[in-house]
Amino acid sequence: MLYREAGQFKSTYAEDQQIFPIRQDRIGVLLFIAFAFVGVPLVANQYWFAAILTPFLIFSLAALGLNILTGYAGQLSLGTAAFMAVGAFMAYNFELRIPGMPILVSFALAGLCAALVGIVFGLPSLRIKGFYLAVATLACQFFVLWALQRFGWFSNYSSSGVITAGTIEIFGYRFETAAQKYLLTLAIVSVMALAAKNLMRSETGRAFMAVRDMDVAAEVIGIPMMKTKLLAFAISSFYCGVAGALYAFCYLGTVEPEAFNLDLSFRILFMIIIGGVGTILGSFLGAAFITLLPIFLNVLFGGISSFFQVEISHAWLSNIELIIFGGLIVFFLIVEPHGLARLWQIGKEKLRLWPFPH
Amino acid sequence: MKRKHPVLALTAAAALGYAGLAASQAKEQFVPANFYWVGPYAPGGSGISGGMLDYFKLINNRDGGVNGVKFTWEKCETEYNNARGVECYERSKKKGPTGATLIHPLSTGITYSLIEKGTQDKIPIVSVGYGRTDAADGRIFPYVFPMITTYWSQNTAKIKFMGQKAGGMDKLKGKKIVNLYHDSAYGKETIPVLDAQAKKYGFQVTHIAVPHPGNEQQAQWLQIRQIQPDWVILRGWGVMNPTALKAAQRAGFPRDKIIGVWWSGAEEDVIPAGDAAKGYIAAGFNVSGANYPVIKDIQKYVYAKGEGEMEDKSRVGSIYYNRGVVFAIVTVEAVRKAQERFGKGQPMTGEQVRWGLENLSMDDGYLKKLGATGFMQPLKLSCMDHEGGGQVKFQQWDGKQWKVITDWISSDQSIVRPMIEASAAQYAKEKGITPRDCSKEK
Repeated sequence: MLYREAGQFKSTYAEDQQIFPIRQDRIGVLLFIAFAFVGVPLVANQYWFAAILTPFLIFSLAALGLNILTGYAGQLSLGTAAFMAVGAFMAYNFELRIPGMPILVSFALAGLCAALVGIVFGLPSLRIKGFYLAVATLACQFFVLWALQRFGWFSNYSSSGVITAGTIEIFGYRFETAAQKYLLTLAIVSVMALAAKNLMRSETGRAFMAVRDMDVAAEVIGIPMMKTKLLAFAISSFYCGVAGALYAFCYLGTVEPEAFNLDLSFRILFMIIIGGVGTILGSFLGAAFITLLPIFLNVLFGGISSFFQVEISHAWLSNIELIIFGGLIVFFLIVEPHGLARLWQIGKEKLRLWPFPH
Repeated sequence: MKRKHPVLALTAAAALGYAGLAASQAKEQFVPANFYWVGPYAPGGSGISGGMLDYFKLINNRDGGVNGVKFTWEKCETEYNNARGVECYERSKKKGPTGATLIHPLSTGITYSLIEKGTQDKIPIVSVGYGRTDAADGRIFPYVFPMITTYWSQNTAKIKFMGQKAGGMDKLKGKKIVNLYHDSAYGKETIPVLDAQAKKYGFQVTHIAVPHPGNEQQAQWLQIRQIQPDWVILRGWGVMNPTALKAAQRAGFPRDKIIGVWWSGAEEDVIPAGDAAKGYIAAGFNVSGANYPVIKDIQKYVYAKGEGEMEDKSRVGSIYYNRGVVFAIVTVEAVRKAQERFGKGQPMTGEQVRWGLENLSMDDGYLKKLGATGFMQPLKLSCMDHEGGGQVKFQQWDGKQWKVITDWISSDQSIVRPMIEASAAQYAKEKGITPRDCSKEK
C-alpha cells in the first residue's frame, strides 16, 4: 500500500534515468543518508565511531570493490587485501613525499595505483576463468605483500616495515576525533557507493553482467572482452585501494603489511557471499555481518555471564563465539544462498503486494 | 569470568559503550585484560592473562589493594587481530572510576595500532618485551612504554652471550650467524641492529624469513645447512618455534647453537618439539619456576581460596604465567608510585599512572620486598628512557624444564640508544611532533 510505484509517472528522460526510480526508495535512501550524517553523530559515542562504524564502512567499501569484480563481472579474486595494501602504502607515500599534497588527492591517486596493480594482475583473466583465476589472483596477494616488505622505500625504510599515517587536513580543517574521521569515511563511502550503484546501471555495468553470465555470448554481441574485464579489475581495485587508504588513515593510524594478509581477503570474500553477490546493498550487509557479529556475540556473552553470575571460563566463551559465528554463516547460506540482500529484496516484493496478495 | 564485581556486572550490561558511569565514585583501579584465549597464540595469551590477573587478586586479597584501592578488570578477546584489539581498547578505555589505568596490548601489531589512540586518550601503552622499540625514547612517545627490555637491547645481549661463549667479543670476527625470523613487523624489528652489530664485530649475518604462521620451514633449514652458521637466532612466535626445533633436528643442526627470543622460549614452544628441543637456549626477561616468594604468595592467597585463573594449575610458574606476573607487578607499582604523588588511596587516571611509570624505580631491595628477587630485573625509568632495564637471562631447556644458565646480561646501549633516537626522530619528523624537553619534566 505504502510501497508501490503506481501513479508515479515519468515525463522526462532525467526522471526516467534516476538512480532510484521509485519515489519511496529515493526518500528512504535520503533519509538514511541524512540519519547517518546527522542522526548518528548526535547519538553515537567515541566507542561506536572508532571501533564499530568506521571499520564497518571501510570494510563495506572493500566488499563493494570485490563485489564489482566478482559479483557483477564474475571474476573470482583473492587479492582484495593486496589491493587495499597498495592503497594504504601508496597514500602514505604520496602524503610523505609530496609536501602539501591534499589528502583526498592522495586517496584518489592511491586508488589509481591499486587500479594499475589490478590491471596487471587482471591480465590472466583474459585466458583463465573461475577457480583458476582465483589462484592467479592469489599470486597478487603474496607478491604485493612480499614487495611491500622487501622494498624499504614503501615504508620509508622503517625497520619493522610499519607505516604511520599522518594527520588528515582538508582545506585547513583537521580531522582528528573519531567522529570527524567517521564523517569523512562516510562521505567518501556514500559517494563511491552511489557511483557504483549508478555505474552498474550504465553500459559498462551491463557489459560486466553480460560477461559474468556468459562471456562467449557477450563477445558475440560485440562486448570487447579485454577492455571489459580489465576495466572491472581496475574499478574494483580502485575501490579496494581507497578502502585501504581509509583503513590506514581513518581507522588504525599505523599499519603493517601483515594486516593485509590472505585472511583479510577471505573475510572480504565471505562478506560478499553472505551479503549477496552482485548487489550493492549486499556489500554493506555482509560487512556488517562479518565485522559486527563477533563483537556483538562477545558483548552478549560477557553480559550474560555477569548478569547471571555464572562462572564461565573465558577460553570457553571465546571458543563458543567462534563456533556460533561459523554456525550462523552455514545457517544463512543454507536458508538464503543468495545472501542477506536477497532477503531485503523479498521483503520489498512482499511489501509491494501488501496488504492485498494475489 | 571467575571473579565477580558489581562494577563488572553493570559495565558488561552496558557494554555497548555507555559504561563507566556506574562506578564513578568507587575506589577501584580498572585495568583492561584484552588478551587472547583462542587461535594459534592462545597459550601465550591465556598464560599471561592468568599470571597478571592472579597477581591483581593477590594484591586485592593480601593487601586490600594499593592503599585500599582495589584492582578490577574485564576480559576482552582480541584474537591477536589488530581490528579486534582496537575494538577491545575502545570498549575498555572508559570503564572504572578513572578509565583504563594503562593497557597491555600483548601484540606488536595492536601496540602499533594503539600508539596514537593511547597518546590522544592519555592512556599509557605498556608493551613489556614487545612492541615498537624506538618508543623507548620518551621525549617523542610520552605514552608508550616498551618496558624492561626491547627487542634491540635483547638482541645485543644475545650477541654478548655468544661473545662470552666464544671467549671474548673480538672472537666473533668471521663467525656466521643466521637470523631466522617470523615474517612480520615483530620478526623484522631486529634486522637493523643485527646489521649494525655485524659491522662492529665483524661477523656475518644472514636474514632468513619464515612466512606466517611458520609451520613449513624445510627450505629455510636447507639454506641454513648450506651456510653452516655458528649460531642461529630464532625470532619465532607460536607454532613456528617447535617447527624450527624439529626442522633443526632433521637438518642435524645442534640445538644448543640456537638462541631464541623470549617469545620463542616458553614451555609451550619446546614441549611440542619433544626431544628435538633438548639443549635449546632462549633469552628471557623473566624466568620460569614457582620457587619465588611472589608465586608462593599467589598460591597461598589466591589458589588456596580457589580463586585462581588457571584451569591447569601446573602452568602456574611457567614462563608465560610468570611473565603475566611481571606485567602485573609493573602495573601495580606504577599505580603505587602515582598515588605517592597524586593522593594515596585514590584511583589514578591514565595520565597520573604515566607519571608513575616514568618515575618508577625498583632496585634490588624493592624487588626483595615484592618477593621477586631474581624473578625480574631491577628497573629505573625516566622521561628519556622508557625501557628502564635492558637485561636478559639465558635459559636452557633440559628436556623437562628451563634451567637458568646465566646471570642478568646487560645489553649494549651504546649501539641501541643512538638507533632508538634516530628512529624516533624520524617518526617525530613524519608526524610533526616536537619532542618534550626532559629537563622540564617534574
